[in-house]
Amino acid sequence: MTDTRTTAAHGGAIGLHGIKKWFGTFQAVDNVSLEIRSNEFFTLLGPSGCGKTTLLRMIAGFELPTEGQVLLDGVDISRLLPNQRPVNTVFQNYALFPHLTVSENIGFGLKMLGKPKSEVDSVVKDMLKLVHLDGRGNNPVTQLSGGQQQRVALARALAPRPKVLLLDEPLSALDLKLRKSMQMELKRLQLETGITFVFVTHDQEEALTMSDRIAVMSTGTVRQVGSPWDIYDRPAERFVADFIGETNFLEADVISVSGERARVRLSSGAEINATYPEGITPKGKVTIVVRPEHARLGSPGSGMLEGVLDDIVYLGTDNHFHVKVDGGSTFIVRQQNAKSGPCGFSEQDRVGIAINDDVAQILRD
Amino acid sequence: MAKSFSIKRQPGFATIAMFCFFLLYLPIATLVVYSFNSGMSIATWEGFSLRWFESAWNNQQVVEASWRSLQIAAVAAVIATACATLAAIATTRTGPYRGLTFKYSVINMPLLVPEIVTAVALLILFSRVKVWTGYSGLGYLIVAHAAFCVPFAYMPIRARLESMDLSLEKAAADLYASSFQTFRYVTLPLLWPGILAGLMLAFVISLDDVVITEFVKSGGQDTLPTYMLGQLRRVVTPEMNAISTVFLVLSLAIVTLFFFLSRTPQKDNE
Repeated sequence: MTDTRTTAAHGGAIGLHGIKKWFGTFQAVDNVSLEIRSNEFFTLLGPSGCGKTTLLRMIAGFELPTEGQVLLDGVDISRLLPNQRPVNTVFQNYALFPHLTVSENIGFGLKMLGKPKSEVDSVVKDMLKLVHLDGRGNNPVTQLSGGQQQRVALARALAPRPKVLLLDEPLSALDLKLRKSMQMELKRLQLETGITFVFVTHDQEEALTMSDRIAVMSTGTVRQVGSPWDIYDRPAERFVADFIGETNFLEADVISVSGERARVRLSSGAEINATYPEGITPKGKVTIVVRPEHARLGSPGSGMLEGVLDDIVYLGTDNHFHVKVDGGSTFIVRQQNAKSGPCGFSEQDRVGIAINDDVAQILRD
Repeated sequence: MAKSFSIKRQPGFATIAMFCFFLLYLPIATLVVYSFNSGMSIATWEGFSLRWFESAWNNQQVVEASWRSLQIAAVAAVIATACATLAAIATTRTGPYRGLTFKYSVINMPLLVPEIVTAVALLILFSRVKVWTGYSGLGYLIVAHAAFCVPFAYMPIRARLESMDLSLEKAAADLYASSFQTFRYVTLPLLWPGILAGLMLAFVISLDDVVITEFVKSGGQDTLPTYMLGQLRRVVTPEMNAISTVFLVLSLAIVTLFFFLSRTPQKDNE
């Protein structure tokens, strides 16, 4: 196997079973179980200190779980050393070897595996092409820009054809524009190589852009696992809804449940349909979430809620309308500026808010 | 804008600084100047000449003592640096454990124990060993020098290991390197300047030693410093100054090299 890209792609599947990790008296990971599928781009998303990096380090082998198992394609690898796991890491600070050239960095893994020089050379050449660094092979890594170093780190981790690639906030040191293009680049590399990517980030937009599935974490536990669409439109609990994007929380009473929908009554008396997370049967008082772009502003009496327009925030592409709803809470409506010129509303107007069909979601409490 | 506090603007700062430098270097400057004196005196200037350098060069005892000093320093520095490297890795690449502080103290003990105590202890020990083995070569001096050079070699090596990015060794392990391969291909190449710095520091310290050498040496094993000490008891000529000057230049050269090697190599420039 010399041409790395024609090799049949097989990304490994990772199973995390009841993982707990204690550092002294501090519990970093609390009973996490996850199935990461073969060939998928999986993201661990959460604020700093939520345990996502610890989880990644346990897959890499830098930390051992206090309890629980890490499986790779069904085989328990929890107790193997990092160099015994067919898993490679792209480090947050890249961790390139400063005394080696770009090519020597990329070929390091294969050399350690004892591959013949001809194979190492040909893989390195392919890798340089894959990350658009042709001709830079003999440069010292210290002379590269941040974005180029990032690509060397990727190539170095991909060169030994790991079953799983672990990425520890690899884009956080790059500026916005470079970050955007690297996001596309990462997605492309994942599709081209067919390697399972496990990506750690605290940036919700990054997670939504690239992932096949996302696990949202907080204080050492997984709060929700799902596709970007699931996570954004069907958050299961307040933390997830709040962490990802902007959200309106409304109090409501459940009237009836039929199938996957529940009928709820808002404080204004209006009734709407709302979906609810798996595993609960909503009843009594509940909190529902509505994304700002899922509601429209209209004249009083036209919608489900009414209130006074408190503030208009002009954002170029959109306007954010902050409405003081009768009864106290603030509801934000986001509307795209499809036309130029004034938006047709002014502050202190009385307005109605219409909520689109099938957008409300009931939270688990 | 309010000026921040700066020691440089305090009254008398420059004067005191100059005075300190003057006190520190005046004796050495005098010594160097009088090594070029054409007369017999180390205090009265009689004209410029290189005769004392020539005389030292032709003095068989000086040449032999110098050669012995260099041999001992070279071998002792290598042994001390090897031990120091192992010690530095053991004290920086393991998690904190009970007894680590104790270990630091043991390694650095030679810096604190009065040299005269070590010297007497070694004298007693080696005199026993000499009786048992019958060996009376330079080995005793080399072992003694290696022992007190360890903490000096240890310092720059440990500093270098501590400033090294630990994620590099993690990355190597992640890329299938065994712990020996990680050391061989990542840690050692990056540690090299620290090891060289430690080696040179140990070399200079060994070259300079008087007390321990004086106690441990057998007859006819004078090093340059002990030879000079012996000479000073008899007649003092500018030959001593000439030898010291050469010694000074050699040490300066090594310290300069040490400075360049211990500078952190180029960091990311973008």
